[in-house]
Amino acid sequence: MLDARKSQVITAGDARAIVCDRPSVAGSVTQRACTFCGSRVVLYPIGDALHLVHGPVGCAAYTWDIRGALSSGMQLHRNSFNTDIRENEVIFGGEKKLARALRELIPIHKPKAAFVYATCLTGVIGDDVEAVCRGATAEFGIPVIPVQSEGFRGTKKHGYSAACAALAQLIDSGDTTGIGPFSVNILGDFNIAGEIWTIKSYLQRMGLEVVASMTGDGRVDDIRRAHGAKLNIVQCAGSMTSLAKMMQEKYGIPYVQVSFFGLEDCASALYEVAKHFADLAMLERTRALVREETAAVLPEMARLRKDLEGKVAALYVGGAFKAFSLVKALRQLGMRVAMAGTQTGAQQDYEHLKELCDADTILADDSNPLEMAAWLAARDVDLFIGGVKERPVAYKLGIGFCDHNHERKIGLAGFVGMAAFAREVHATVTSPIWKLVPRRQRPGCSNTEGTP
Amino acid sequence: MSQISLTPDPGLRTPDRRRPATTNTCRVCAPLGAVLAFRGLRGCVPLVHGSQGCATYIRRYLISHFREPMDVASTSFTESSTVFGGKSNLATAVANLRDQYAPEVVGLCTTCLAETIGEDTRGIIRDLAAADASLPRVIHVATPSFKGCQHKGFHDTVAAILAQVAQGGERLRQVNVLAGPVSPADLRHLREVLNALGLPAILFPDYSDTLDGPSLARYEPIPAGGVGLDEMARAGRSACTIQFGDTLEPGPGAVLEAAHGVPLVRLGLPIGVQASDAAFAALAEAAGVPLPESLAAERGRLVDAYVDGHKYVSQRRVAVVGDPDLAVALAGFAAEIGMVPVLVASGAATGRMAQALALRGVAGAEVLEDADHDGIGARIAALKPDLILGPSKSYPTARAQSIPLVRVGFPVHDRIGAGRILHLGYRGTQRLFDEVVNTLLANSQDTSETGYAYL
Repeated sequence: MLDARKSQVITAGDARAIVCDRPSVAGSVTQRACTFCGSRVVLYPIGDALHLVHGPVGCAAYTWDIRGALSSGMQLHRNSFNTDIRENEVIFGGEKKLARALRELIPIHKPKAAFVYATCLTGVIGDDVEAVCRGATAEFGIPVIPVQSEGFRGTKKHGYSAACAALAQLIDSGDTTGIGPFSVNILGDFNIAGEIWTIKSYLQRMGLEVVASMTGDGRVDDIRRAHGAKLNIVQCAGSMTSLAKMMQEKYGIPYVQVSFFGLEDCASALYEVAKHFADLAMLERTRALVREETAAVLPEMARLRKDLEGKVAALYVGGAFKAFSLVKALRQLGMRVAMAGTQTGAQQDYEHLKELCDADTILADDSNPLEMAAWLAARDVDLFIGGVKERPVAYKLGIGFCDHNHERKIGLAGFVGMAAFAREVHATVTSPIWKLVPRRQRPGCSNTEGTP
Repeated sequence: MSQISLTPDPGLRTPDRRRPATTNTCRVCAPLGAVLAFRGLRGCVPLVHGSQGCATYIRRYLISHFREPMDVASTSFTESSTVFGGKSNLATAVANLRDQYAPEVVGLCTTCLAETIGEDTRGIIRDLAAADASLPRVIHVATPSFKGCQHKGFHDTVAAILAQVAQGGERLRQVNVLAGPVSPADLRHLREVLNALGLPAILFPDYSDTLDGPSLARYEPIPAGGVGLDEMARAGRSACTIQFGDTLEPGPGAVLEAAHGVPLVRLGLPIGVQASDAAFAALAEAAGVPLPESLAAERGRLVDAYVDGHKYVSQRRVAVVGDPDLAVALAGFAAEIGMVPVLVASGAATGRMAQALALRGVAGAEVLEDADHDGIGARIAALKPDLILGPSKSYPTARAQSIPLVRVGFPVHDRIGAGRILHLGYRGTQRLFDEVVNTLLANSQDTSETGYAYL
């Protein structure tokens, strides 16, 4: 491991605190992306907005239709719109091309709003994206919102903030008439594989009205009246807390930070929301819901758990809140966690992970393939949870893998999602192919079934 | 699930590059091509000079295609490197790569950010090497994303490696084979042919092992395989360079011709009987031996299969989408078997596709260069071909128009085994032909009312 990285790795039993929240070390092969990526993933699921990447082709190409974020209506977000900046604009500026692109695209697609993402290139050539957006807003009568997502500005976290700032420009521009006292916004769920529909159905059964979802299956007009809701439910805390704080200060809307992953966290999320409204009938409905939903999945989970008991997992995810839920969910399946890492965790997140994990669990901030591969092998793990970039690290070593990132096409949130997660984990961990892979065939390895 | 609608009315759009906006691009950026080429160099770690998102996105895109480890480093520009230059980031990155990966060579490509701030990358590398002898060698290629695409990035990188590594000297009994951005399976097949001919060859870049490797007990920091720097140094002494790529003008092999007088033989990608004949004849001539019996037998079986299947493909109309050289070669293959290429489209802008198609005997096809999938989709909707040959990014169009898609080239993000798709030689053509015929058969079977199981 690089000396410069040693302070960013601890075990949960360590007295010392982890060092985190700092730029990646050059040449370390970080799993993190850039500011642009952070903004793009947060705003991406808004299906009736035009998402225009103002920059070179790569930034647009690599973010075309990659999230599994479903929409119940318009699917504009699944397109990749790009000003495709070339040498000519690098020399003469890209503002005119941006204005022309908006003029071309808005009449064709008739979006409710447009987001214009700045990239490294348009940042460095000094395009005044804001001015062009102001002009387009006046010209087309829809909000055309600049997103200050130049890649070099910082990490993905800066991109989250830039996305929240863009959303803040939409909020408080719609009519809140008719929004009742039992109303919420959902922040930080991106409707991967329809997850927000699951969560919304729970909230509706509790007697709550969802005003706006940001941004899963998000709609511009809903977001415009989000300031009328009485509570913000924040799931992906890393990306959306700054918006929730802003809405608390500006509109007096309190927020709760929750997670809908895992039975335990999902139940406490719903209870916390119910408690906030201090309505006895709602609390009773919530209890019934949790009872019913849990009972529906427990038998299957118990059956799957039998095969998973004592197996070892490792996880590396973007945000810490997902890591908390996964540690608990894995425990519910009888599995131990040998390593838990995040791209963007903060100091207090790692302190919480310390409490959740075993003393010898490795906690890592901003890790890289070489470090992770070494830990996976040393701890002889049976399962790695991550995203597409982590997958080949596991698969190359013959280790089971579960995708818990935004590219996945399987819903893992809610009670039903926990059952799906258990099935995913079970399907990979219990596959018979592992007895054929080299790491299970080395002399001295405990599991040598299938060796000649 | 609801139908994907790319645009409300594709008929509104015309594929005109003067349009200010690109919708659903058919190309990616040049650094991705550079990373792919560097993967064919032994002991090489690719390093992308710019914001770290570039490296991360390129990794994800390549992993989704090859499903293999893809450690690509970044110099991780920050706001201050953007203002003051990325020299110290580059120095740190190379030193950290030395400490973690112990590479023989670092393959450095630039991004639009590094190029736009006017970074003197070559100068920085020279200074680094002079200041610290323990640092690995750095090969550098300029690949701003605002110029060209992955196709250009790939070939520019091959040219840069040849220019910076190949040495002249006494001629050797060997040839260089520059195959282009083909699949690992293609490279493996070419190697097999070269071995059968007994022809010593530098097949470059060769990522057949680095991007299609075996299951391992230990993670390899740099996947085994690729052509070594020592071997690349001898590329300037080869008897000739055989370069595949219908649209290359003149292509990276010209570097060796100019610097070391290595004659350049420019051929189309060997897809189809006639193109494979030409390619294998050139290799056999270089080897000074007749075509091996095994290849002649493969050719015989392929022609026999053409006869068995010709009526199923005859006069069927096909759209071809992909890298310019692959698209041209596939259109040539389609014409050879009696299909009618109605559209040949690429995201690249070579300006030479029409001419290359004419040389392949393809007449009457609409040619789109510098196209996006929105424009291509609009033309496909209008032309209504029976089949699309293209990458997985053509799937939304294929689905919207209910036209079967045979996946070829790059990227293939919705199937496994993309690296194992064989396109080249008689064998690759055989595989393609069977898949094309069977896809058309399956489509008519699935959409017929009777659904015979005996065709």
